[in-house]
Amino acid sequence: MNIRKINAAEITEAVKKMFMDMNYYIGSDILTALNKAEQTETSDTAKSVLAQLIENHKIASEEEVPICQDTGMAVLFVEYGQNIVIENGSFEEAVQEGVRRAYIDGYLRKSVVSDPVFDRINTKDNTPAVIYTEIVPGDQIKILGGCKGFGSENMSAVKMLTPSAGIEGVKQFIYDTVKYAGPNPCPPIVVGIGIGGTFEKAAMLAKKATLRPIDTDNSDERYAALEKKLLDGINQMGYGPAGLGGKTTAIGVNIETFPTHIAGMPVAVNICCHAARHKEITI
Amino acid sequence: MKKKITLPLTDEVIKDLHAGDTVLITGTMLTGRDAAHKRLYELLQKGEELPVEIQGEVIYYVGPAPAKPGHAAGPAGPTSSYRMDKYAPSLLDRGLKGMIGKGARSSEVVDSMVKNGAVYFGAVGGAAALISKSIKKIETLAYEDLGTEAIYRFTVEDFPAIVVIDSYGKSALVQ
Repeated sequence: MNIRKINAAEITEAVKKMFMDMNYYIGSDILTALNKAEQTETSDTAKSVLAQLIENHKIASEEEVPICQDTGMAVLFVEYGQNIVIENGSFEEAVQEGVRRAYIDGYLRKSVVSDPVFDRINTKDNTPAVIYTEIVPGDQIKILGGCKGFGSENMSAVKMLTPSAGIEGVKQFIYDTVKYAGPNPCPPIVVGIGIGGTFEKAAMLAKKATLRPIDTDNSDERYAALEKKLLDGINQMGYGPAGLGGKTTAIGVNIETFPTHIAGMPVAVNICCHAARHKEITI
Repeated sequence: MKKKITLPLTDEVIKDLHAGDTVLITGTMLTGRDAAHKRLYELLQKGEELPVEIQGEVIYYVGPAPAKPGHAAGPAGPTSSYRMDKYAPSLLDRGLKGMIGKGARSSEVVDSMVKNGAVYFGAVGGAAALISKSIKKIETLAYEDLGTEAIYRFTVEDFPAIVVIDSYGKSALVQ
């Protein structure tokens, strides 16, 4: 077996670039959807809001400034190849340093507080990032990252449905969550849905679903069909861009699933704003 | 049709603003979000002096990103307004005339707006880089320790907004 050595500084640099890039340059999946929505909408207000969002992406990418002032809390899903040894530092600290450097050097907003209830003191460097690491075969590190704004994060929910609720129960909970969110999470939204696993696994799947490009479908055609049905259903609610009315309340619905217990059917809905910033890198 | 309005807002201008109107705002406004509102609210509860005068002012719910060198302002779009709902009626009673944010407000806030003759504007959430073009100057007024959550004074020219809830309590949001 070959051991691959990676310098911690290389990881820091890659993570830094990843977070700066995702904050300045929106993915082509989102931009395509916004352009299409602008064509589809008929009201002046909805068209005007979408035109502002498209113009905003142009300014952000040209001037290399953040798309949104809420540059989020950094979340990373890591697949770490087990043949890798990190030199000159720890993997965890190398990643945190990359996030720290991105937020300081990249003029991103520092939005993380040290303690959730009592102190709430800004850490001034947007760390710690939330990191989920999975050990996989091989000698590569794959990182799927997002910077999650909290206007939409606050509108998310988990429910422990039971098997008798069926697909109708799943759909109802998703629609209820989107309705409750209404105009608050910066529609048009991306809806990440996690179904199955345990309480926390469903939530992690939902988060991961928000990071999947919206021009891709679930590989199981039954869930792919459900994604389309939910997108249509949500767009019939009429909230529209900025909640001021229109046909585009969501631009994407992504579902991720996992096997679950005989007694359960957990469902998590992670709502993401239209500035759905995500990026994947391989080291 | 975009209405051009200047700050501070007069009662006449406020009465002439209707839900759904598109406006371009010029003048100076305060900023404040969760942490600053909590502090202002607690001072009002205790009957103590505020570090900034809010009478006649408009407050923008925003925590700006830092400005790059050579830029007057960093990206500065609105944050969700409902988180300020607990505090807003006290500020409106104290003479606040307008709020800028995004999303829905509670019925308590709407009632207080009608009672006090105030208006709630919406800026487009997520259009932060675009909005920053209309911000010409940023000064820190209070609570510098809060970082992005401090109270700033923004000088703006043609800041794009929509009247979301007018002083009559009518809303442009889809319910």
